[in-house]
Amino acid sequence: MLEARGLSVSFGAQPVLRDIDLTVAEHEFVCVVGPSGCGKTTLLRALAGLTPISSGSALFKGRPVIAPQTELAVVFQDYARALLPWRTVAGNVALALEARNIPASDHAARIAPLLAKLGLSGDGDKFPSQLSGGMQQRLQIARCLAQEPEVLLMDEPFGSLDAITRQQLQDEVARLAKEEKRTVLFITHDLEEAIYLGDRVIALARVKGNLAGRIAEIVDIALPRPRQQLATREDPRFLQYRHRLFRHLE
Amino acid sequence: MGAAFPLAVLALWELLSRGGVLAEDGFSRPSRFFVAGAKALADGTLLAQTAQTFGAAAQALVIATVAGVTVGAILGLFRPLERAAQLTIDALRPIPSVALIPLSLLIFGFSREMSAAVAAFACFWPILIVTTAAVRGVDPRLIEVGRLLAFPLPKIVLKLALPAALPGILVGIRVAAGIAIVVTVTTEIVTNPRGLGYAMTMAAESLQPDLVWATLLWVGVVGWAANWALEKLPIRR
Repeated sequence: MLEARGLSVSFGAQPVLRDIDLTVAEHEFVCVVGPSGCGKTTLLRALAGLTPISSGSALFKGRPVIAPQTELAVVFQDYARALLPWRTVAGNVALALEARNIPASDHAARIAPLLAKLGLSGDGDKFPSQLSGGMQQRLQIARCLAQEPEVLLMDEPFGSLDAITRQQLQDEVARLAKEEKRTVLFITHDLEEAIYLGDRVIALARVKGNLAGRIAEIVDIALPRPRQQLATREDPRFLQYRHRLFRHLE
Repeated sequence: MGAAFPLAVLALWELLSRGGVLAEDGFSRPSRFFVAGAKALADGTLLAQTAQTFGAAAQALVIATVAGVTVGAILGLFRPLERAAQLTIDALRPIPSVALIPLSLLIFGFSREMSAAVAAFACFWPILIVTTAAVRGVDPRLIEVGRLLAFPLPKIVLKLALPAALPGILVGIRVAAGIAIVVTVTTEIVTNPRGLGYAMTMAAESLQPDLVWATLLWVGVVGWAANWALEKLPIRR
């Protein structure tokens, strides 16, 4: 579904990513984990068509991604910056419907179930500033789903949320991804979050010397679904994955 | 509360005038110019002059807003264009708008358009500069949201960049509204035989200080009302 082939990105003379090869299969949930500055976000942006690729390619369904396309939705970490403060909750979701040229008369009927799915029913007429951080992030996810993308690219989406909200949203995103049969590429610096959510975890690390990020290891996560915050995290296999991947974060 | 100060000034003025401290041929006195103002209001001349002056100012503001926001949005979005336009802007902006009165008179003759054109020139700059800065200051993340939704550029501008920049743009329009009135009245005093500026010139030349004062205060009151209306524009942010 989504692929990187020998993908490299440089900012000027500074290499950021080198020779990334990865494949995300349809309906797969792949997590990319790595220390800050290893190029995780750049990888996601390159796959989304937001950041130009220096060499190699990003492919969506076999076609090169050279510009953003509605089939690929991006959930940003800084939800407040990605929402339109002058539009209501419903209006923010409507933006994605406008992008798909859906007539305004159909908006209400399409927005209501999305808001319900993300626990925002009853908040449609509020403005983003009236919502908590967790709710704002739910709204951004709702807007991305309104886009009806095939792939959700999530860039540390829960990085600035409190621990409790983060766990709730982890479970909801895991459930939504499976229910809605979306393909997800999920960037995080939280190793446990990556193992908890992913079908597969890709560890990115910086090459010593030139500082460019490359893939250090790819691990299939054979933990049963649906996963549970306590039971899954106490599973001996969870701890083994954690031990195995931990060294890449140092 | 805010009215206490001007009312006190008027009362003092009246007293000083009646006491012979303030010369009546220049300062008139509040009781007289309220009578003169009421008379001009009642016979319709003041309202007709107001419609003329504020009509020209409003026309200027609309023209300047459309032009200033359009050009400002383009320059704000495209840095290289802004750099390319900088010299032209810096060369044109210092031209005093009233210096355009003779030219505008040649082009438009004695007409409302003559005043509006000069005022529009004066109003264009603050709106252009504020819009350029406001659009340049829009969070690039919002533009990315538009790109990710595959909006074409005009829609990114209309749906994201301009609404995000709107609070800044409104400040520019409010500043320009004041300028529009000042310049319009100036053109009427200097050349254009219409509107409130011309009314004041005529009243002064026919030695009617009460009417000059009445018209002057009237400009202040209507200008204040116009500014209040602009601030109350139902724009949500």
